[in-house]
Amino acid sequence: MANDPIHQFEIQKIFPIEVGEMDFSFTNSSLFMVLTVAATCAFLILSTSGRGLVPSRLQSVSEMAYEFVAGILRSSAGTEGMRFFPLVFSLFMFVLVANLFGMFPYFFTVTSHIIVTFALAMLVILTVIIYGLLRHGLKFFHLFAPAGVPPVLLLIVAPIEVVSFLSRPISLSVRLFANMLAGHITLKVFAGFIVSMSAAGVAGVAGAILPLGMTVALTALEFLVAFLQAYVFTVLTCMYLNDALHPSH
Amino acid sequence: MSSHNGDKEGRAAGNPEAGLSERRARLNRKLDDLKAVEEKTARKSQGSSSGYGQAMKLSSEFIAGVLVGVGIGWVVDQWLGTSPFGLIVFLLLGFAAGVLNVLRSAGVAEQPGVKIQREGDAQDDRSD
Repeated sequence: MANDPIHQFEIQKIFPIEVGEMDFSFTNSSLFMVLTVAATCAFLILSTSGRGLVPSRLQSVSEMAYEFVAGILRSSAGTEGMRFFPLVFSLFMFVLVANLFGMFPYFFTVTSHIIVTFALAMLVILTVIIYGLLRHGLKFFHLFAPAGVPPVLLLIVAPIEVVSFLSRPISLSVRLFANMLAGHITLKVFAGFIVSMSAAGVAGVAGAILPLGMTVALTALEFLVAFLQAYVFTVLTCMYLNDALHPSH
Repeated sequence: MSSHNGDKEGRAAGNPEAGLSERRARLNRKLDDLKAVEEKTARKSQGSSSGYGQAMKLSSEFIAGVLVGVGIGWVVDQWLGTSPFGLIVFLLLGFAAGVLNVLRSAGVAEQPGVKIQREGDAQDDRSD
């Protein structure tokens, strides 16, 4: 069981709660989501409580996070997009902290479950659709009809654009989920090699150096992926929000 | 020394305000261009730095298109009882959408709406 690379993703109930037929149990996934939010809030509140004009080290970290997300949002959705800043910043911090929490041994990786990333992606895409419709009304559907296309071709092009639009939440969620899942499984498999090889005697112990080096390298790569995926998720969110603000540019 | 200073001030006062604002506009434009180029190179280097990431990105885009096509086709068949034609048509549409997604995220095809911007107002050089 210790060598099972999938075991780390198992959902375990901590407090079983059932309302009628529905299962609302508080699981290890819920626990780590709560921990993620709590850690993020605690960090941001503590680091900005000083409010120094000359920031302390912690304050400058949270200011950097703010500037980073604000920069992404401004460059892809314009200053108008800043009204979505609370949403985008929360998403970025949640995904980033959840990914980084997953790097602790024995911790559960929230973002390695597709239902979690899919819920986040649906939140984004529903915001785009609802806000786009409220703000632009039917003009929002210009998004699906590129300019300069003959009306006859629109019969084919518009459905393709619609399907392409609907595939966004899926590719958004699958990308984050697949990266986290694949990374954690690879890490576990290589770490498992060390154990099984060193059981094979002296030659095995000597050979186990190879997977050990690989595990160390992969751990560094995983930290990079954890950050990069949070970044990619944020960039794509901003691009989609830009469509809601300017459906026909 | 003092005469030199006076000369300088005189020249600045002689220049109309328009010259200054024009210079600022020119500088702004230059900065914007520089930023756009920087962003482009950053995006490119980020793309090429990890082939693994690129592969993940493109394949997820393509698979998402096909999956959504199949999903819509299946639902349409369930509702209208047109099995198997809904599935066939929407699978093909999903395939096309997947290819379009891949081309877009690879930067080969343009993002939706870019063309209008070019034809409509050329002076608005907001780049995506």
